[in-house]
Amino acid sequence: MIEFKQIHKSYRVAGHDVPALNGIDFQIGAGEIFGIIGHSGAGKSTLVRLINLLERPSAGQVIINGTDITALDAAGLRAQRQRIGMIFQHFNLLSSKTVAQNVAFPLALAGEHGKAQIKARVAALLARVGLTEHADKYPAQLSGGQKQRVGIARALATEPQILLCDEATSALDPQTTQAVLQLLADLNRELKLTIVLITHEMDVVRRIADRVAVLDAGQVAEIGPVAEVFLHPQHPTTRRFVLEAESVDEGEQVDDYAHVPGRIVRLTFTGDATYQPLLGAVARDAGVDFSILAGRIDRIKDTPYGQLTVAFTGGDVNAALQQLAARGLSIEEVRA
Amino acid sequence: MNALFANIDWSDIGQAGLDTLLMLGGSLLFTLLLGLPLGVLLFLTSKRQLLAQPVVYGLLSFVVNILRSVPFVILLIVMIPFTVFIAGTSLGVAGAIPPLVVGATPFFARLVETALREVDRGIIEATQAMGATTTQIVLRALLPEALPGILAGGTVTAITLVSYAAMSGVIGGGGLGDLAIRFGYQRFQTDVMVVTVLLLLILVQILQTIGDKLVIHFSRR
Repeated sequence: MIEFKQIHKSYRVAGHDVPALNGIDFQIGAGEIFGIIGHSGAGKSTLVRLINLLERPSAGQVIINGTDITALDAAGLRAQRQRIGMIFQHFNLLSSKTVAQNVAFPLALAGEHGKAQIKARVAALLARVGLTEHADKYPAQLSGGQKQRVGIARALATEPQILLCDEATSALDPQTTQAVLQLLADLNRELKLTIVLITHEMDVVRRIADRVAVLDAGQVAEIGPVAEVFLHPQHPTTRRFVLEAESVDEGEQVDDYAHVPGRIVRLTFTGDATYQPLLGAVARDAGVDFSILAGRIDRIKDTPYGQLTVAFTGGDVNAALQQLAARGLSIEEVRA
Repeated sequence: MNALFANIDWSDIGQAGLDTLLMLGGSLLFTLLLGLPLGVLLFLTSKRQLLAQPVVYGLLSFVVNILRSVPFVILLIVMIPFTVFIAGTSLGVAGAIPPLVVGATPFFARLVETALREVDRGIIEATQAMGATTTQIVLRALLPEALPGILAGGTVTAITLVSYAAMSGVIGGGGLGDLAIRFGYQRFQTDVMVVTVLLLLILVQILQTIGDKLVIHFSRR
C-alpha cells in the first residue's frame, strides 16, 4: 500500500547537507496500524511527511497503491493528499472556525460537495467522534482530547484510505491518550483504514500497532510485528525504548543481581502460555527452585504476554529450561 | 465663551473636519487595498514560506524600507509631480490622498506580514495536507487566522493616517491640520490650534475604540 524505496533525505543547513533519512526501504500494508518509533531527531517526522509529500525525498520514491507520488504534478498531488488524512500533536485546528467548520474545511477545499452533503457528512463525523453537542464551539473552548477528536473527524472528512498521526497523543494526558488510541483502533477496524503513527512513546505503539519500525539516526534499526520487536529487541535503540517504558535502568539491575545466587534467565511468554501455570509445573518436574526477580504481565495490542526475570537454583536447570523452551517460551540468558 | 474662541469660524472648522474625514477614509481604503496584498506577498516570499523567493523578498523589502524611512513631510513634497499626474492636483483632499497612501501602504504591509507570521506554521501544514492550493491556504486559512492581527494593524495604520493627514496641511492639503498650521500657528490663533487638536484627539480615540472592538469581535482564542 505504502512503499518507501531507497529514500534519502537531507536538509541544507548553513551550507552543509545534514542527512535526516538514510536508505529507508520498507512497506506498510493496507489496513495495518503501523508504528514508527524513534527519539527526537531520528527522522520520524520527516518520514511520515514523505507519505503526503509535505517533505520531498532528496532521492528515492514513495509509492502509494502503485503510484509513485514523487512523480505527480501539482494537481495530482493535491488529489492524492485529499485521500490521506493527517492529525497532529498540536491539533492544528483553525481557531477562527467552529468545530463543524473545521471538520467541513477539507470538503469545502475539495469543492466537490454540495452544502447539504457537507452538512450531513460533518454531522455524521461529529457523531462518530462523540462531539455532536460541541459543533458550534470554537477550538479554544475545547479540551485537548476533544480537539484531537475534531482533528480526527477533520482528517476523515474526505474518506481517506490512509491516516497519518504525527505524535497525535503526545500532548494529551494518559486517560485521554487511552481514549484517543481506542478511537483510532476502532476506526482502523470499521473503515479498514491504514494508520501510520509516529511517536516517541513505546506505550502508544504497544497498545494499538500491528507492526513497528524503530528509527535511529535516519535508518530503520529494526522492523517487524510489535510483539516480536519489543519482546526480543535486537538493536540497542529498541532495548533502550523497552527499558525506558519499564523504567528499568539496565546497569542498576545487573548490580542488584550480584547478590542473587543461581542462574538468571529472562522468560518470555506470549499468547495462551501467559496464563498457564508453566513455571511451577516445570520447576517441580526438574526439581529446581526459582525466585522471580522482575516481571510484568501485559498486552501488546490484543496479545497477552509475560516477561519474567527468574533465578534458578538446584536441580537440573538445563532440563527445566529445555522443557520451558519446548512449551513455546523464549529464553534469554541474563547471567549463567 | 465667545471671547475665548474669538477667532473661530465654526463653518471653517466643520469643513476642515469633513476634509480630514474624507482624506482619512479615502487614503485608508486604498492603503488597505494595496497594503494587504503587499503584506501577503512579503510573507509568502520570505524565507521558508510557501513561495520563498529570496530575490523578490529582498527587493520588496528594500522598497518598503526606503518608503518607510523617508520622513512623511519630505515624501509629500517629492511626490507632488506624481500626485498631480494621478489626482490632477496636489492640493486639497484629492491632492493629499496619493502621498498618504504611498506613505502608509508599506507601513500597513509590514504589519500584515507580522500578523501572518504569528499564525502557527502547523495551520499551514495541516491545510496543505488537505490538498489545498496556495491561494486557498492564503484566503481560507491564513487570512482568517490572522484577521485579529490584521485588524489591529489596520487600526494603527488609520491613526497614523490621521497624523499624516494633519501634516499634509504643510503643502496645502486641507483639513484640520491645514487649519491648525495656517491659523493656529502662522496667525498665532491659539484657540484654533486648541480646537483642531482636540478634534483630532477625539477622532483618534474613536478609531482606537472601533479597532479594539473589531479585534475582540474576531478573536476566538
